[in-house]
Amino acid sequence: MDKLTHTDWVVELREVCKSFNVGKPNNIEILHNINLQLARGDFCAVMGPSGSGKSTLLNIIGLLDRPTSGQLAINGEDTTQLDDHALTRLRGHAIGFVFQHHHLLSAFTALENVIMPMMGSNGFCTAEMTAHAKSLLDSVDLLPMCHQASGSMSGGQQQRVAVARALAMNPTLLLADEPTGNLDTKSADAVFELLRRVSTEQGTSVLFVTHNPQLAARCDKTIQVVDGRVV
Amino acid sequence: MSAHPVSSEQGIAPWIPFEWLVALRFLREGQVQTLFIIGGVAIGVGVIVFMSALLSGLQANFVKRVLTGQAHIQLLPPKEISRVLPLGAHNVLQNSIVQAPLQRTKSIDQWQSLEAQILKLPEINVVSPNVSGSALVVRGEASRAISVLGVDPNLYFQIVPMPEKIVHGNANMTVNDILIGTELAIDLGLSVGDKLRVSAANGNANTFLVSGIFDLGNKAANSRTTFIPLRAAQSLLGLVGGVTSLDMTVRDVYAAEAVAQKISAQTGMQADSWIKTNEQFFTAVNAQTTANTAIRMFVGLSVAFGIASVLVVSVIQKSREIGILRAMGVTRGQILRIFLLQGGLLGFGGSLVGSLLGFAGLVIWQQAEKNPDGSVMFAMKLEPSLILIALVLASVTGLIASFAPALRAARLDPVVAIRG
Repeated sequence: MDKLTHTDWVVELREVCKSFNVGKPNNIEILHNINLQLARGDFCAVMGPSGSGKSTLLNIIGLLDRPTSGQLAINGEDTTQLDDHALTRLRGHAIGFVFQHHHLLSAFTALENVIMPMMGSNGFCTAEMTAHAKSLLDSVDLLPMCHQASGSMSGGQQQRVAVARALAMNPTLLLADEPTGNLDTKSADAVFELLRRVSTEQGTSVLFVTHNPQLAARCDKTIQVVDGRVV
Repeated sequence: MSAHPVSSEQGIAPWIPFEWLVALRFLREGQVQTLFIIGGVAIGVGVIVFMSALLSGLQANFVKRVLTGQAHIQLLPPKEISRVLPLGAHNVLQNSIVQAPLQRTKSIDQWQSLEAQILKLPEINVVSPNVSGSALVVRGEASRAISVLGVDPNLYFQIVPMPEKIVHGNANMTVNDILIGTELAIDLGLSVGDKLRVSAANGNANTFLVSGIFDLGNKAANSRTTFIPLRAAQSLLGLVGGVTSLDMTVRDVYAAEAVAQKISAQTGMQADSWIKTNEQFFTAVNAQTTANTAIRMFVGLSVAFGIASVLVVSVIQKSREIGILRAMGVTRGQILRIFLLQGGLLGFGGSLVGSLLGFAGLVIWQQAEKNPDGSVMFAMKLEPSLILIALVLASVTGLIASFAPALRAARLDPVVAIRG
């Protein structure tokens, strides 16, 4: 297989397979020979029925899981040979996550939730981090609520905080796994527009998993995952 | 309004490390769970602190009572032994029966140089040369066998504080003064200022003036023991210029046996420590210490298991948060430290409260348990070192106990953890 050296791609997958061993001889292959490239600023919808492998694909691209075979590069860096520590560091600096459920840390305020990724990377909190977190919360119209406990916010507000948190490290790639799935239409639209704006203004590449064809239609491109294959 | 001391309107305080912040917040979020385990640790540490202070006070009191009437080490002349003397040209024994010799009262050879030699040892506090022997006192038709102890009051009273034991008169000892016990005073109808004739077995006799009557806290000792000046005793017992023992105190009473062996090795004399002469007592003290150590160990173990079980539950409860943190780029090492810190903090917090509980227990115990005369049963002191040791040990126990749950948290697969 050729070496992955194409630095123009934010994400590049080549012949990626993922299988789970559920006891011999039952090897279940979830993803089959996935090839995918995402350029800077791409806003790509990922669609497909439940169980088709969308979340597994996102976990692999998000460096939370390793492919069984094939190659994956993030910002031109081949991740195949990286150890767990290096993968974690790369994930922290290059990738932001927004989940279907907001998954905010309930022990922290909205502002602190946004500061967390930066503090985790640096070890301590600095005034610059706080200012950056506030500007992110301002961009999602939640600055007045920044000191509020995350648990006391509405679902839409929590998801916007989650988006702000995902952007805290200025990632080149944002992975959104059905971020609007639990929201009403108005909140879902607001979150989608927020992601769209981030992609346009900051050049962040976004992989947006959704079951909503209307939202998918508003993305730059759409990939369909069916039975572990991109079609 | 700040939500927490480590938070501010500006965000998070810049001095607090990431792992500390998350550990503290997780513990705060645990609320009842955290309070319960801190309570559990506190009770365990409180019991340890209370028991340690109680037993060390009790032992110190026992030791004080034992040592208040005797020297830490007594140097005695070697026992007389029978030597089998071979007779005849071919070393043939003429008599196979060897009789044990009589142990006569005799002086320690060159005791002044021995005294000087012993005083040079850094472990030694005071050395007092004494003369002791038996005598008879007669008053009217009553007579009593007594034990005469000739002492230099300036030295001996530093070993046995006789002035504290005087109940009538004083502890002054001029040439012909004698101190007698309360029982002897009753038996012979003596009071301070009375004269008493003391006769030794060798035929020497002298008349002494009762200057003080003491109570050693032991009826037998009060009926037999008497104190006279060293020179008077030397004259009475026919040991002019000699002494029968060198009594001494050491700086560390528990090192007395080791020091005694050292002196014995250096001088070739018989040196008996209080530990050797009170072997039964010391065995009892050691048994008590062993029992206390065992109890402390088991309480410590229960504290460790308590912390570990709470953190195991916490890891399960926080698995989603752990997954989120991992997704944010938080390393396994940071997750490990977050949970280790929680264990350490639980141990530290619990031991802090426990030390206060132990201290309160001691105060209450001292108020509740008193002697019939209203005085404190025995002095108990809560040593700062005990608190410090409890804090350090409980924190380390918490750290060790949290290692397995922390490792489990660090090894969590973020995908599985986020999925919950």
